[in-house]
Amino acid sequence: MDNYFTIDEQPIPFTPGQTILEACKSAGIYIPHLCHHPEFTPHGSCKLCAVIVNGRTVSACTITASTGQELVVDTPELNAMRRAMLQMLFVEGNHFCPGCEKSGNCRLQALGYEFEMTTPHFIEFYPALGVDASHPDAIIDRNRCIKCELCVRASRDVDHKEVFGIGGRGLETTLIVNSPTGKLVDSAFAITDRAAHICPVGAILPKRVGYAEPIGARKYDREPISAETDA
Amino acid sequence: MRSDNPVADAVQRYNSDPLCLVQIVRETQAALGWLSRETQGEIAERLKIPVNRVESVVTFYAFFFDKPRGAYRLLLSDNVTDRMQGNQALLTRLLGRFGVKRGEASADGLVSVDLTSCTGMCDQGPAMLVNTIAVPRLSEARIDAIADLIEARTPLDHWPAEFFRVEDNVRRAGPLLQAPMTPGSALDAAIAIGREGLLNEIKRSNLRGRGGAGFATGLKWEAARNAPGAERYIVCNADEGEPGAFKDRVLLTSHAGRIFEGMAIAAYAIGATRGFLYLRGEYEYLKPRLDAEIERMRLVRRLGPAVRGCAGFDFDVEIHVGAGAYVCGEETALLESLAGKPGRPRVRPPYPVTHGYLGRPTVVNNVETLCQATEVAIHGGAAFAGQGTKNSTGSKLLSVSGDCERPGVYEYSFGVPIAQVLEDAGAAPDAAAVQVGGPSGVLMTPDQFTRRIAFEDVPTSGSFMIFSGQRDMFEVARNFVHFFAHESCGFCTPCRVGTSLQREMVEKIAEGRGTRYEINELMRVRGLMRRMSHCGLGQMAGNAISDCWSKFRPTFERRLLAMEFAPAMDLDAALAPARVVAGRDDAGAHLKEEV
Repeated sequence: MDNYFTIDEQPIPFTPGQTILEACKSAGIYIPHLCHHPEFTPHGSCKLCAVIVNGRTVSACTITASTGQELVVDTPELNAMRRAMLQMLFVEGNHFCPGCEKSGNCRLQALGYEFEMTTPHFIEFYPALGVDASHPDAIIDRNRCIKCELCVRASRDVDHKEVFGIGGRGLETTLIVNSPTGKLVDSAFAITDRAAHICPVGAILPKRVGYAEPIGARKYDREPISAETDA
Repeated sequence: MRSDNPVADAVQRYNSDPLCLVQIVRETQAALGWLSRETQGEIAERLKIPVNRVESVVTFYAFFFDKPRGAYRLLLSDNVTDRMQGNQALLTRLLGRFGVKRGEASADGLVSVDLTSCTGMCDQGPAMLVNTIAVPRLSEARIDAIADLIEARTPLDHWPAEFFRVEDNVRRAGPLLQAPMTPGSALDAAIAIGREGLLNEIKRSNLRGRGGAGFATGLKWEAARNAPGAERYIVCNADEGEPGAFKDRVLLTSHAGRIFEGMAIAAYAIGATRGFLYLRGEYEYLKPRLDAEIERMRLVRRLGPAVRGCAGFDFDVEIHVGAGAYVCGEETALLESLAGKPGRPRVRPPYPVTHGYLGRPTVVNNVETLCQATEVAIHGGAAFAGQGTKNSTGSKLLSVSGDCERPGVYEYSFGVPIAQVLEDAGAAPDAAAVQVGGPSGVLMTPDQFTRRIAFEDVPTSGSFMIFSGQRDMFEVARNFVHFFAHESCGFCTPCRVGTSLQREMVEKIAEGRGTRYEINELMRVRGLMRRMSHCGLGQMAGNAISDCWSKFRPTFERRLLAMEFAPAMDLDAALAPARVVAGRDDAGAHLKEEV
């Protein structure tokens, strides 16, 4: 085996050019992630995929695999930090899982279960964020946005529309829409866009399909996110 | 040609180039005072870009306003040194005089007043910016005079020149500052030894980047020269945003020719034809002088085609002005800003030497580094390496402020002990602490004053703030915590949320409602940010509070409740709206304090 790195001294093969995250996925090793999606350019902002490579903490989704790397990917300490970052994502927005249409299909919620997050832990910011229900076919609920920019990337790179962008900074960072009014209805957005179906949480949802599938029988209700093979 | 359309003018001045979006937005706002949705839409339309790109820039930079502000926009510098010099009383005075709330325009649209991060006038504060122009040495009398001028609607160019006079305050000069460089001498020396020769001298000098990280300049130049690509760039990082730092401002004021010559020799070494000087928005008042210097240098062929008559050595420089974003001091954030985007640091690697401006090989050097490079060109690498210490060669400029008699810029050979700087600056005899390297740096206490300024001991970009024993160090740390929460770019989870969590916890302690739990949480969040953050800002953002806790515990402890935990929510305060509705404020409408 020419190209391999090690996890806990076990060799893991990779194809030159692959990221650590991709190589781990090929080898059936789960690395948690939220802002990463195999169809899009790596982003490296959520930091849930943080792993330790030769003693340094790095994002597995952006670092290229190379021979000689010694990895640590699953320790109580790393997982505690991942849990803390999930809690940060929860408290910076307004996430009320029981009433959310995305419950059971939500990657943030699923990761919360995966990392045994039983409370938000931190103080809640309860930001005053709006809902944009102007579009006939989709709704934007900024209360749930985690700033992963998957919709930004999908609209730009697949739909070639650049409907979404990121505005503000710090805790005021927010999803913005490319239209004269800032409303989705006045943009080039269509429900057939890739960007309409990429949100890992419930921030962009199609209208008129609420609760079609009962909560309890949904994707992550049936199996944990770490068993997922298609993302 | 000026039309009556400021947007059209600004777009035209930058050749309708979206890469210059930050500059176009800045100049549009200078003309209109703020940036309405319609204005943003017109900029987008004229540049043929989506309007959300304009919005993302407008909402990212602190100096751009998407809500109406006054015709006179006052931003008081809020570094801890400004606070020590009394900026809070001046803020209250201004708000009272105009009857406005912080950040809101007065009813007549005349004036708005707000705070901003350190404006780099710590040796002559408190300071403010009036429509981006610096006004140092504020006092009650000066504030009142300024308020009179504003009420009389006096244009800025009719205000007393004294109000805008910024001092260099060079207190100790070394090789760099003691004598002005003969213009052209660094270029002539470089051309005489050739591109390879120059690179070898820079490597021999062991010159390291003065921005703080200390990367070897010779290796950086060589990597950019060797990187594949038809075009290369030199970028001068003049985004001196670290609170307490102002030495680059002095170089930009009085040694601009030397900076540009430093850029030119760097360009010569790596084969670049275009250079940018990225000037922090707080120093915009220097832009006319810098532009004039560039023009002068073109006339005598120290810039432009065939520099010094040397065939094949074409190099020119342009100024880009930032707009209030500390994170742009990080070199990849700076490159994003230079390309007309919000300053969010990129994923590294690749590094700018191979993938910089427009993804092409780029050298980003600090102002002081480029000035030191001219020293190396003129005197040779060996002479330069003879000063300072083995691992930290040459001299270093320090920006000294805080509790001392002689604040200003000090040039020392590397290796100078902190105690020496304190003595030279006339520091308060009871100096209890020095924050070296700004809020991202380290807090040094008297037992550490024998430590030396050097990359191998106490590295610093140059900020050196002194605090006497009378200062409340908790307030110092509190100011730094607010700074980071305000300046986090918002890209990565740990810094975006962590810096604001720190702010909330420090405020709880400041209110006297903190417990041991908050302290432990602050340290845990600090550890998380240090390990997980995307760039240096987040990695360092917990240092100040952590240092302060470990070295000045009593200042925290006297604020803490003598219990392990108190809820973040103040239930009685939360009932205030209910009391208003009920029209009651008697004892029965308040919760009893349970002890």
